[in-house]
Amino acid sequence: MKYLEDVSTLKLDPALCTGCGKCSEACPRRVLEPRSGKIAIRDLDACIECGACARNCPANALTVQAGTGCAYAILNGMLRGTAPTCGCQGD
Amino acid sequence: MSSCGTSAKSPCCCSQKAGAAGAAAPPVTGRLDPDVDMTSRIRGVLSRWGIGRSSWRVRPGLYALGSPGRSGPVLVTANYGLTVDRLRSSLPGMDAWLLVLDTKGINVWCAAGKGTFGTEELVRRIKAVSLDRVVDTRTLILPQLGAPGVAAHLVTRATGFKVVYGPVRAKDLPDFLAAGMKAAPEMREVDFPAGERLMLGVQETLQALRYFLFPAAGLTVYYGLRYGAPAIPGALLPVFGAILAGALATPALLPWLPGRAFSVKGWTAGLVWTGALAALTQPHPAALAAEFLALPAISAFLALNFTGSTVFTSQSGVNKEIAMFARPIGALTLAGTIVWVIKEVLI
Repeated sequence: MKYLEDVSTLKLDPALCTGCGKCSEACPRRVLEPRSGKIAIRDLDACIECGACARNCPANALTVQAGTGCAYAILNGMLRGTAPTCGCQGD
Repeated sequence: MSSCGTSAKSPCCCSQKAGAAGAAAPPVTGRLDPDVDMTSRIRGVLSRWGIGRSSWRVRPGLYALGSPGRSGPVLVTANYGLTVDRLRSSLPGMDAWLLVLDTKGINVWCAAGKGTFGTEELVRRIKAVSLDRVVDTRTLILPQLGAPGVAAHLVTRATGFKVVYGPVRAKDLPDFLAAGMKAAPEMREVDFPAGERLMLGVQETLQALRYFLFPAAGLTVYYGLRYGAPAIPGALLPVFGAILAGALATPALLPWLPGRAFSVKGWTAGLVWTGALAALTQPHPAALAAEFLALPAISAFLALNFTGSTVFTSQSGVNKEIAMFARPIGALTLAGTIVWVIKEVLI
């Protein structure tokens, strides 16, 4: 299933990429794939900005504004003037 | 030794004698049974409905499933009861070590997002259970959905253990392990099948109905006093239906409703409900106007909230949806309410 198009903040710097592939192993949405010895973005609109790829890149080749895709958390944060705070499983 | 150690109240140190230093806790916390008994199953169902969820925790630590030896495998998981139950029942007849992290009773995905299923907790837990003394293997298998919280290379640097991301679903673990820790592409992809959507939709609906309880009580009193008791069901039906349209029908029909934004999908479902309601009840024109203004907007709002229950919405996307639809939804709901109030006052 696809969500909104062209919104993901995911960026990949090929100059820093070593092609280790940990990012595509960590990604739950098949956004990344090996290509010519490095990694490339296969499907940007599938990205949910979970941050798994960026966190697992030892070369810091990936950046993304990771966050929760939860309207309740975002609206809750807006009302309190804080960062999104999620009610999932009650914290 | 069925499920000792699975409850915070019955810690079990049955498998190990204390080490040389008497003050050190034994590394193995307990054993886990691969069979999930009826009590646990019922707990699983109840927690899906929001009952007893936050208190259903397993004591963090290292557990033996079957008779694992020094070669492992070591599977890492969160300490939410349902998570552990799913994991231990997914490996029938197999031997494995389960390293349960302290995620404060929260499932892997949410905990990874918060950072509690994270690098620091994993490193801390590995050291706390002296994992390097219990097993010779230096590989840990983590659930795919824990990746947002864990930096594999930093775990290796701190502990010498290598992190491999296993499948999204515990039930794919036997195949994953049999293939030599290789995941088929489908194992790495998170999807959102109808059954899951429906279950989460039910949860969302129950939550929404809880919020509706107070306004419903108000409407009941007002309509009862002004029009008599027979008018009460008709008073509650419009909003009740809008709630079902937005919180239950929209999740269930998600792929087939128009638009990418959840608000639009919900609004459409709400519109269909309002049309059906109008055809069935033939309301006064002012009531009709109020219904068409407010009801689809209520459905849209509930659908928008469903974004948090999915694993395929991004924060940037939801921000955009909120920027586009939050105010219109609020305005329409308010407008509909005002029209209704005016109608009740004047007519």
